[in-house]
Amino acid sequence: MKQDFKILGTRPIRPDGLDKVTGKAMFGSDKSVTGMLHARILRSPHAHAEIVSIDTSKAEALAGVKAVITGDDFADVENRWARYTMQNCMAQGRALYDGHAVAAVAAISKTVAAEALKLIEVEYKILPHVTDVDEAMAPGAPVLHEGVKARKLGDDVSGNTVGYYSFGHGDIEAGFANAELVIDRTFKTAAVHQGYIEPHGCLADLGGDGRGELWCSTQGHYMVREVCSEILGIDSSQLRVTASEIGGGFGGKTTVFIEPVALKLSQKAGKPVKLVMSREEVFRASGPTMSASMDIKIGMTKAGKITGAHAKLRYQGGAFPYQMVMMGAMSAFAAYDLEHVQAEGWDVMTNRPKMISYRAPGAPMAVYAVESVMDELCQKLELDPIDTRLMNAAREGTKSSYGPTFKAIGLVEALEAAKAHPHYSAPLAPNTGRGVSCGFWFNFGGQVSVSMAINADGTVNLIEGNPDIGGSRASISMMAAEALGIEYDRIRTIVGDTASVGFSDVTDGSRVTFAVGIATINAANAAIKEMCKRAAKIWEIDAEAVEWVDGAAQPSGHNAGNFPPMSLAEIAATSGKTGGPIAGHHEGAPDKAGVSFGVHMVDVEVDPETGFTSIKRYTAFQDVGKAIHPAYVEGQIQGGAVQGIGWALNEEYIYGEDGLLQNPGFLDYRIPVASDLPMIDAVIIEVPNPGHPYGVRGCGETAIVPPLAAVSNGVAQAIGVRMFELPMSPPKILKAL
Amino acid sequence: MRYVVAKDSREAVALLNTGENARLLAGGTDVLVQMKLGNKAPSLLVDIKAIIGFSDISAENGGFRIGAAVSGAEMGEHAGLKAMWPGVVEAVELIGSTQVQGRATMVGNLCNGSPAADAVPAMLAAGAVARIEGPSGTRDMQVADLLEGPGKTKLGKAELISSVYLPARPERSGDAYLRFIPRTEMDIAVASAGVNLVLDENGCVLEATVALGAVAPTAVMVPNAGAALVGSPLEEQALEACAAACEAACNPIDDKRGTVEFRTKIAGVMATRAAKIAYTRAGGQL
Repeated sequence: MKQDFKILGTRPIRPDGLDKVTGKAMFGSDKSVTGMLHARILRSPHAHAEIVSIDTSKAEALAGVKAVITGDDFADVENRWARYTMQNCMAQGRALYDGHAVAAVAAISKTVAAEALKLIEVEYKILPHVTDVDEAMAPGAPVLHEGVKARKLGDDVSGNTVGYYSFGHGDIEAGFANAELVIDRTFKTAAVHQGYIEPHGCLADLGGDGRGELWCSTQGHYMVREVCSEILGIDSSQLRVTASEIGGGFGGKTTVFIEPVALKLSQKAGKPVKLVMSREEVFRASGPTMSASMDIKIGMTKAGKITGAHAKLRYQGGAFPYQMVMMGAMSAFAAYDLEHVQAEGWDVMTNRPKMISYRAPGAPMAVYAVESVMDELCQKLELDPIDTRLMNAAREGTKSSYGPTFKAIGLVEALEAAKAHPHYSAPLAPNTGRGVSCGFWFNFGGQVSVSMAINADGTVNLIEGNPDIGGSRASISMMAAEALGIEYDRIRTIVGDTASVGFSDVTDGSRVTFAVGIATINAANAAIKEMCKRAAKIWEIDAEAVEWVDGAAQPSGHNAGNFPPMSLAEIAATSGKTGGPIAGHHEGAPDKAGVSFGVHMVDVEVDPETGFTSIKRYTAFQDVGKAIHPAYVEGQIQGGAVQGIGWALNEEYIYGEDGLLQNPGFLDYRIPVASDLPMIDAVIIEVPNPGHPYGVRGCGETAIVPPLAAVSNGVAQAIGVRMFELPMSPPKILKAL
Repeated sequence: MRYVVAKDSREAVALLNTGENARLLAGGTDVLVQMKLGNKAPSLLVDIKAIIGFSDISAENGGFRIGAAVSGAEMGEHAGLKAMWPGVVEAVELIGSTQVQGRATMVGNLCNGSPAADAVPAMLAAGAVARIEGPSGTRDMQVADLLEGPGKTKLGKAELISSVYLPARPERSGDAYLRFIPRTEMDIAVASAGVNLVLDENGCVLEATVALGAVAPTAVMVPNAGAALVGSPLEEQALEACAAACEAACNPIDDKRGTVEFRTKIAGVMATRAAKIAYTRAGGQL
C-alpha cells in the first residue's frame, strides 16, 4: 500500500467554500425559471385517520390555482418499497401520522397556494393511533398495515412488528453462568431528527412528452431519478435529475418526500413547479431516526472479562415497514471480542413520520445501551473503563458479534490513544464526571462512476455522481492529484447530473471518499496508461517500456530509451495530434470498505440545583484509515460528536396523548448551539484499510455513535445516579437527584 | 395589507383606531414571525420606528426613559443605563440572537404578553413605569399593573406604549435577572427571576423586589420573597426563605418546556442566584 503521499494529508482550501460564504451557492430552493408555479402541501392534523373524502373543487376554482392533486392522482406502483415511498409523499386512503400529506396545490404564487389549501375540504374519520414502540408492539395495538408482520413471529407481538433479526454466536446462558457480575438494564431513547439547516426544496418540470427535469437537494440524485420515474411511470432516461448544493443531509436526504409531488403537479399544470418545505413540515413529515426501547444484559468476571452479552432492541420507525434495527443489532457488541453473544432486534411501525437514515442509522442507541451497562459493570467492579475495554476489544482476526472476521482495525489503537491522552488524567472539578464510550460503524462501498478528462492545458476535469455532503470534491481532487502526480489546484471535480455520468449509489454509509476515491484512482490510472501510450508514440518506443513517475511519463529503464520525462501538461498539449482527447473513467462497486471504531471521552458538569448538564471538555479518537484532508475529517468527527451530544441531552420528538407532534421547530426541538459546546478535540488515528489503495476508511458516521453513552456515563459519575433514558433533559436529571 | 409609517403618536393612535385589523411594528421580531407562521394576518401594519423620541434613551429625573423602538443592542451599548439598571439590560439582551438584538425592543417584549418574556420580571423588579398614548391622551402606568394573561395586556383600544421609564435609584442598589433554559442561548425561559435590591451601610438588605417569569399566566411580583431578604446580609437562611416564597407563588403549567414540579423548584433557584448577583452589584460582600 502507498504510504508516502505528496497531497494526501494536506489541508487545501475547499473548492465550494467561497460560493457558500458569499451566498452564490445554489441550494434546493434557489433555482427559479420563467413561468414557474409555487406549490404547497396540505397535511393531516390527525395521528391516524381514514380519508373519507377530499373536495378540491373550491381550491381549483380559486384564481391563480393551476393544479391540485391528491393520492388519487398517483397510479399504483408494483414495487412495494416504491409504493411506501409514494404513499409517504401523498396519503392514499388513510393519513397515517400528524403531518402526512393529503393534497397539494400549484399556483401562481405562494400566497395563492396557501389560500387554496384552506379551500380544500377533507373529511376524516379518526382512527385509534399508537406512537410508543412498546405499545405499538404489544398485541392489540392499532396496526398500521395488515399483512406485513415479520414471518416467524408469534402472537406475542402485534402486526406492527415488521422485522426481526438475531446475530451472535456461542451460548449466552453458558456465558452468563461464568460471570461474577451480571447487569441487566432497560433503556429508552427518543426519536431525533437529522436537523439539517436546509429544508427539502426542489424545482420540477415534467412535460407532456414525458421528459422531465428535476433540481433538488438530495444525497442521491440517481436514487431520486429511479424512485420518481417508477412512481411517475416514466423511463429513467427521460428524467434528468440535478443535485443542488446541499445544506446538510446526515442521512435524511436519502429518500424523497416532495419530489414526486412536485413532478405530478408539474405534469398536471404543464408548467415548472417549485416546492419547498417549511421547517415545521421538515419536522412533521420528513424522516427522523428511530426511537428505541432496549434490554441489555452483560456478564463479567471480577477481572473485567465479558463472559456473555445479550441485547434486545425494539425500534419504532414510523408509519411504513422499514428495515433498520438490523444495523443496531449488528453494531451493539461490535467493539468486543466475545465468546457468547446474541443481539436481537425488532422493527416496529407507529403513527409517526416514516424514519429515514440518520448518521450510522440504528447504531447510536444500541451502543448507548451497551456502553452504559459496560460503564456500570466497571463502576461496580471498580475497574478502569479503558483498561476493561482494552481487555475485551475486538482486533484483527476477531470474529465479530455480527459474523465476519475483522481485518486490520483500529479500536485498540484508539483506546490506547485515549488512555495516554492528558484529558484522561486531568483532575475533575466538583459536580463533574468523566464518561468514556466506544463506537463503531460498518462503512459501505457501493456502485460508483467517475469520468476524468485531461485538458490540453494540463488541467483535469473530473465528474462524479455523488452529492458532496462532507467535502468530497476536495478529497476526490486530492486523490486524483496524488494518483496523477500533479498539483491539487489543477483539478476541478464536479458532481454531474444523472445524464452526464454513470449511476452512483446514494451518498451514505460513509462511502464516498472510499468508493469514489477508488474509482478516481482507477480513472486516473486509465488516463495514465493512455498518456504513457502517447509518450511511447512520440518517442517511438514500446508502450510497455514507459512508466509514470511524479506526474510524468519516462522510459522504464536505460534499455527502453534515453528521453527526458514528459509531463502530463506536455503530453496533454499535443494530444490532438497524438490520437485525440485523453480521458479515463471507471465504473465499479468496491466492497472492501473498512469498518471504523472510535472512542470518545467527555467531562460533564451537572448543576445539582437545576439538573443542567454542561459539556466541559470533549476528546474524540477515531481510526479513519487515512485522513485525505484532515480538516474535513476533524470536522466530521466534531460534527458527529455534537449531534450525539444533542441526542444525549435535549433532542426529542415530543408526542402528546393525541398523537400530535408538539415541537416541530428548532425552538423546542433543541439541537446544541455553539455556546453549549467546548471545542471538540478530534484525534485522528490511522490504521490503513487494506481494501483501499490509500488506506481510506469512511469516517463520517462513527463519531455519532459514542457520544450518547459517553455523556450518560459522565452524568452518572457527576451525580451518582445512572440515567436509563435519553434525552437527559434537566427536568429528568433534577427528578433523579 | 397596508403598511404605514406613523409620523407621530397621534397618527399611530388614529391608525389603530380605524377599526381595521391593525398591528404595530417596532422591531417586528414577534409580529413578522407570527405573520409568516400564518398565526396573524393584519390588514394594516403601523410602523412606529420613525416617531420622534421613540428611538431614544434619555436621562430623566435621575432615571432613564427608553423609547418603544429602542433595540436590545442599543440598550446594551448604553453605558449609563447599563451601570444603573444592569439587570434590566441583561434581561433584554437575552432575547433572541445577535441579529434579533438589532431589532427587538423591550417595549415589544412587554406588549407581546408572553408569561415567559425576559424583560418583564426585570422591569417589575425595577418598578418600571410605562407611558401610554391613546385616544384620550397620555397616561402613565406601573408595568406591573399592565399584565393581563398569556398574549394579553391591559392596554385599551387603540392604545400604545411610547416608552418605559426606569426610575432613579439610591446608592448601594443593584438588580439582576436570570432565566433557566435547557441550553445556553436562543431559547425561552422555563422559569426566570428579576431581583432588585437596596442595601444599607452595613450591607444588609434595605429594600428587595423579586419578580418571577414563566411560572404563572403573567410575570408575577413576589412580595414575600422580597420580604424574606429584607434585613439580611443575604445569608443562607434568608435565601432559603426567599426560595420558599418563590415556590409558593408559582402557578405554572406542565408542558413540553418543563413540568410544574421542575418550574417551581427552578424559580426559587433563579431568584436566589439573581439575588446574590444583585447584592454584589449593590456593593455587598458575600
